[in-house]
Amino acid sequence: MAERTHISIRNLNVYYGGLQVLKNISLDIPDRKITAIIGPSGCGKTTLLKSLNRLLDTVDGVRVDGKILVDGEDIYGPKVEVTAVRKKMGLLSQKPQVLPMSIFDNVAYGPKLHGVRDKARLDFIVRNHLAEAGLWDEVKDRLHHPASRLSVGQQQRLCLARGLAVGPEIILGDEPTSALDPQSSQHVERKLVELKSDYTVVVVTHILRQARRIADYVVFLYLGELVEHGPAEEIFSNPKNPRTRAYMTGEIS
Amino acid sequence: MKLETSPARLRHRRIVEASARVLMIGSTALVIGSLLAIIGVIVWKSLPVLNLDMITRTPKGGYYLGKEGGILNAIIGSLYLGVGATALALVFSLPIVLYLNLYTKKKSRIAGLTRFAFDVLWGIPSIVYGAFGFVLMMAVGLRASLLAGIITVALLELPIMSRAIDEVMVLVPRELTDASSALGATRLETALKVVVRQCMPGILTAILIAFGRGIGDAASVLFTAGFTDRIPTSLLQPAATLPLAIFFQLGTPFPEVQQRAYASAAVLTLLILLISLASRLLIKRFTKHVIK
Repeated sequence: MAERTHISIRNLNVYYGGLQVLKNISLDIPDRKITAIIGPSGCGKTTLLKSLNRLLDTVDGVRVDGKILVDGEDIYGPKVEVTAVRKKMGLLSQKPQVLPMSIFDNVAYGPKLHGVRDKARLDFIVRNHLAEAGLWDEVKDRLHHPASRLSVGQQQRLCLARGLAVGPEIILGDEPTSALDPQSSQHVERKLVELKSDYTVVVVTHILRQARRIADYVVFLYLGELVEHGPAEEIFSNPKNPRTRAYMTGEIS
Repeated sequence: MKLETSPARLRHRRIVEASARVLMIGSTALVIGSLLAIIGVIVWKSLPVLNLDMITRTPKGGYYLGKEGGILNAIIGSLYLGVGATALALVFSLPIVLYLNLYTKKKSRIAGLTRFAFDVLWGIPSIVYGAFGFVLMMAVGLRASLLAGIITVALLELPIMSRAIDEVMVLVPRELTDASSALGATRLETALKVVVRQCMPGILTAILIAFGRGIGDAASVLFTAGFTDRIPTSLLQPAATLPLAIFFQLGTPFPEVQQRAYASAAVLTLLILLISLASRLLIKRFTKHVIK
């Protein structure tokens, strides 16, 4: 593989109290590809994803050890500014969570936090990223309406625009289509595929067909262990581990 | 095996259902009835003496003997006191509640202890706050004044307001604060820009409840704010309040002055009603963006 590694996970262990939910994970996530994390529910997919932007820090009783290098820098290092780590990554959650403000302010929220004050520049950013998320045409006439009045599918794309507006390098998706209707899901999936030319995308999914459709690289977790990972076509056509094969055929779920 | 309900059992259950319903409707009627009765009595008793003088003039000499004047001193005093104390209580309660909800762990000892303390403080009678305020005044050499009254009433309102805000803030979904953090917001930015906005209707309601409690309380201001016929022009002057005006007027032996107590009560009730209505409108405006 000639591709560049964007995120390197080294010996990552995560504990919730006394319970170990991720066991010694080491993994390289390629730059500008879609990496899908698959596995049965409760296997640690979301935990792995949230360890990448350090959202795990906000959960009580969590202990993380190991290293995660983004662009060669350990994001769990002692001198790291956690807000800077998070700014590098946009997050799409299971259920789209818009902020209690207007559509415009949802997108402008991040840039404002990071110091953009100029009105014209904010207008430009908002417009640009709403367009990038494929939402501009639907909302351009009601930018100052409450974001909560959008449909769930539109809300998820708004969350995407909001994440893109802080200028991340990485997009994280935690089952980003699970709350959406089939059409909106397709829309979001297509967006992710488009975005991989500019961003590294990491998506947790429990839908195998979705992983098949969009993933370039697949990571299979089972009971907190990294069972197998590799290029999507290899994993899907010729899984080496019997547990991966069992999961693909639906024997374990 | 087939399960049969016997006719006797069926009848019994129907009777229980019917009597429970009668009880529920009865209690509701009783409560609404007493509210109407209170308002009715106040209005009926105050109508003969309620006039423009009453609410636009301060008491003349001998007002409490039945001479001329009004209760403007108490209206203004109560408004000053209510607004001041509520503002002061908010300045402390919002940071406390934000701290409890966003900065401490779910099972934090300090958070649990603080909530327990508020529950206890909520139950303390207001005369005790009055006495405490009085001791505090003595200690710092403050005389009965608007300032002392504001501080004492703020103490009284603090647990009420904090618990009321806390109740809505614990309902803020974790995903919402996570969404803000994920964009690189600090905890404080998330607190002020997202959580406060999301809780705005609850915060306004809490402010209103606390204000109503504060402006209507007599015992806490008895020793601390004092009473005067004049409208205070500085924080260090004593201030009259409507509850105490009612108390003093009812305490006179003159029926016409006693009637004025009902008029004062009507004014106080109306004031609270107006503020409730105004805040309803405010809440409508502020809920526009709230995520359901």
